[in-house]
Amino acid sequence: MAREDTYLKVRGHLAELTDGQLEARFWELAQRVVDPMVELARTHTSPSIERSVLMRMGVDSPTCMAVVGECEKRGLLGHGAGHVVLHCAGHWDCAMPEAARKLAAGEGWDVVEQKWGGAR
Amino acid sequence: MSSSFPPLDPNEKLDVAALLEDLDDYRPRRKGWHWREQVPDQKLHKFVYKETSKGLERSIPLPAAHYFGDIDPQPDCVVTTEIASGRFEDDIRRMRMAAWHGADHMMVIRTAGQSHMDGLLEGTPEGVGGIAVTRKQVRATRKALDLIEDEVGRPINFHSYVSGVAGPEMAVMFSEEGVNGAHQDPQYNVLYRNINMYRSFVDAAVAKHVMAGVRMAQIDGAHNANATAVEAWNVMPELLVQHAINCAYSVSVGMPKEDICLSTVPPDAAPAPCMRMDLPYAVALRDFFGEYKMRAQENTRYMESDGRDATVSHVMNLMISRLTSADIQSTITPDEGRNVPWHYNNIAAVNTAKQSLVGMDGLREMVKLDREAPELNQKVREIKERAVLFLEAMLEDGGYFGAVEEAYFVDSGIYPETHDDGIARKSDGGVAAGTIVPRAADYLAPVCHHFGENHLPEGYDAEGGPAAGEAAPGLRKPCDLIGGCTLCDAEKVPFIDELDPEDNVNARLAQTAELREKGLLKPEVEWAADGWVVVTLFLPAAPRVAEFAALEFGKAMNLQECEVINKQVMHPAEGTLIELKGRLDVVVDPARLVIPPEPVVMKDEEIKAFVIEKGIKCVAATVGEDEHSVGMREIIDIKHGGLEKWGFSCEYLGTSVPVEKVLDAAIEHAAQVVLISTIITHGDMHRNNMEKLADLAVEKGVRDKLLLISGGTQVTDELARSWGMDAGFGRGAKGIGVASFVVRTMRERGM
Repeated sequence: MAREDTYLKVRGHLAELTDGQLEARFWELAQRVVDPMVELARTHTSPSIERSVLMRMGVDSPTCMAVVGECEKRGLLGHGAGHVVLHCAGHWDCAMPEAARKLAAGEGWDVVEQKWGGAR
Repeated sequence: MSSSFPPLDPNEKLDVAALLEDLDDYRPRRKGWHWREQVPDQKLHKFVYKETSKGLERSIPLPAAHYFGDIDPQPDCVVTTEIASGRFEDDIRRMRMAAWHGADHMMVIRTAGQSHMDGLLEGTPEGVGGIAVTRKQVRATRKALDLIEDEVGRPINFHSYVSGVAGPEMAVMFSEEGVNGAHQDPQYNVLYRNINMYRSFVDAAVAKHVMAGVRMAQIDGAHNANATAVEAWNVMPELLVQHAINCAYSVSVGMPKEDICLSTVPPDAAPAPCMRMDLPYAVALRDFFGEYKMRAQENTRYMESDGRDATVSHVMNLMISRLTSADIQSTITPDEGRNVPWHYNNIAAVNTAKQSLVGMDGLREMVKLDREAPELNQKVREIKERAVLFLEAMLEDGGYFGAVEEAYFVDSGIYPETHDDGIARKSDGGVAAGTIVPRAADYLAPVCHHFGENHLPEGYDAEGGPAAGEAAPGLRKPCDLIGGCTLCDAEKVPFIDELDPEDNVNARLAQTAELREKGLLKPEVEWAADGWVVVTLFLPAAPRVAEFAALEFGKAMNLQECEVINKQVMHPAEGTLIELKGRLDVVVDPARLVIPPEPVVMKDEEIKAFVIEKGIKCVAATVGEDEHSVGMREIIDIKHGGLEKWGFSCEYLGTSVPVEKVLDAAIEHAAQVVLISTIITHGDMHRNNMEKLADLAVEKGVRDKLLLISGGTQVTDELARSWGMDAGFGRGAKGIGVASFVVRTMRERGM
């Protein structure tokens, strides 16, 4: 909705603030804007975040894509794709990239199911 | 590693093919951003600089530097150049050129559409308007920049984008590969890429946290608002809000304030009274964001195809940088209004920045903003209050997500005015909507620098990692669970070479291999051997006629794919200036060129000292039946940089002077040098005059006391000498060449 410039009408409560107070108010408001978003981020994950975890575990990008895609399908993303790979690597006693490669090839998901249940 | 690659030789081209060898073994030697080393009160030549940094070991100074001891002062701030040709192998060469002119921040634009790809690309596919940012391209570029920074003697920051749907992955790859800076601003995704807002912010937290782990500098995306809004000057309050959201969010997820750079552009351009409009905004911003860094960008919103116009706008932008502050000075190429930047326009933009910043060095010690001036004072306050009102209303409307749904952003009204033309996005819409997932009670990520809930076993410190915060004493780091992550152990970083057998750098290099192997030359502006050239034409015709006539001229010049890239009316009927581009499919073999040796010239001081010591006198004339005097004037007159400049005393006898008279005058004035000009050549007039002069000098017994020099458009040194002269000077000769010859020869002959 278009609105004409009401600046002079609505600025009353700011007029008496010193420059320092105005600046403090600006940052306080900005923090209030971002706080719920930071909380959202702290408690959520996404396919890209999970691929970034696998990358840090030494997994190449096509493999990250395949493993995270499968985790997403199976509703496992919330546990962490890295967690899934870590669990399997432990079970198979192999390196992380190797475990991820097996999962990407569709092998060994039964190990995952034993821990977290079947596909959705 | 670059240690196995020999250092660059300034006289040799960078061998791209060799650079690509053993890339899988290469690891970056440094991570994090580099700021220039400030040198207070730096003394260079006869000047003291107030705002400069450590100099370069190798560089190309500004054109006028030879008047000032060839100095090349480097401004205090980092200078950026943006490169977007779509082929990294050609961009690398351009980066080397830009570094020699003073750029130390190479910003690589991404190919169109990459921000919508949910995942990473690999290999070296060709991009459009930028490169496909892949590990291989990034690694090869960083490896080249290591060599280039050693060549120029200053660390170079490499930069690209951690935005789009794959932000966290991009951040990890950049951290692993030694990328030093990146754009990261979830608002950019939401507003300009229509990527789902929840996904954008959730991803951004992880991406920013990873970036912070290696102290990558972050640049935000707020400036896109004034590059987009219809009336850019009205978005100033919103810009403060956008900057604040990204800053507060970044700090909340662990990024140090000193690594956060605000991308700020003076929003306006002439014919608006732009400096008076933009300064209050620049001041308000720096007041509120004093703890953050300023990345001053140049205006593109009002950029047309005229490079001169763009350059003047940018110089005014640079003046705002100098009157306020800039930690990073970005540059926009003057051709961005007409095409993807060309090689030499990157250099032009870098030089515009260097020239302006150095030229305005220390200006603030004499010229200060008058903070008490009513207009400035009131405007600064007003922008700040409007920004606060914006934030207050956002919170009432449901916070950031609600405000975006209500189209708060990029509205061309000056808040609280709205024109209802802002960008609206739905919280459940956009690319990758519905893809975020709550972290479960056993969520685990066994890697370092991971943001958010992470249910590690007892005794582990969630942060970990070697850079930002080693695990606290007595605690283990997350990646101990997996025997090390790629951020702690570079050997674990995987490398994929190519996935596409056709669209890759090897195929592209093969297309130009013959030219490279045979050393053949072809013009280029973006890619090796692209053949693009520009022709400037003034046509005495109306603009539309001129445009179509220019295309015909282009064809007549054998240019293909001709296109008018700039058109400027000089007068509606009298004429139009046209810049025409076209492809020239011609190759030159330098091995077959006949290139005469470069004349050796001496230093001004050396010539002057000798001339004054010897009191050198010249007698000069245009000989024979010849009325030309311009050429001789060029050689003699102080105004044209001629012999008088070094103290030669010159007696010009005029035109159509008989050679006998010239010689008599030389004897009478006790001159050491005789200069004759011979333009007319029919009937071998020039030859006859030279031989006659030489013979007469011998007859009168003064030949060994005189230097006989002739000049003219048809004269060559070889011909003149064969006709009895000591030297001949042809087309394009300058006073310095003649002066150097005289001094050198008199010394040799003990005259």
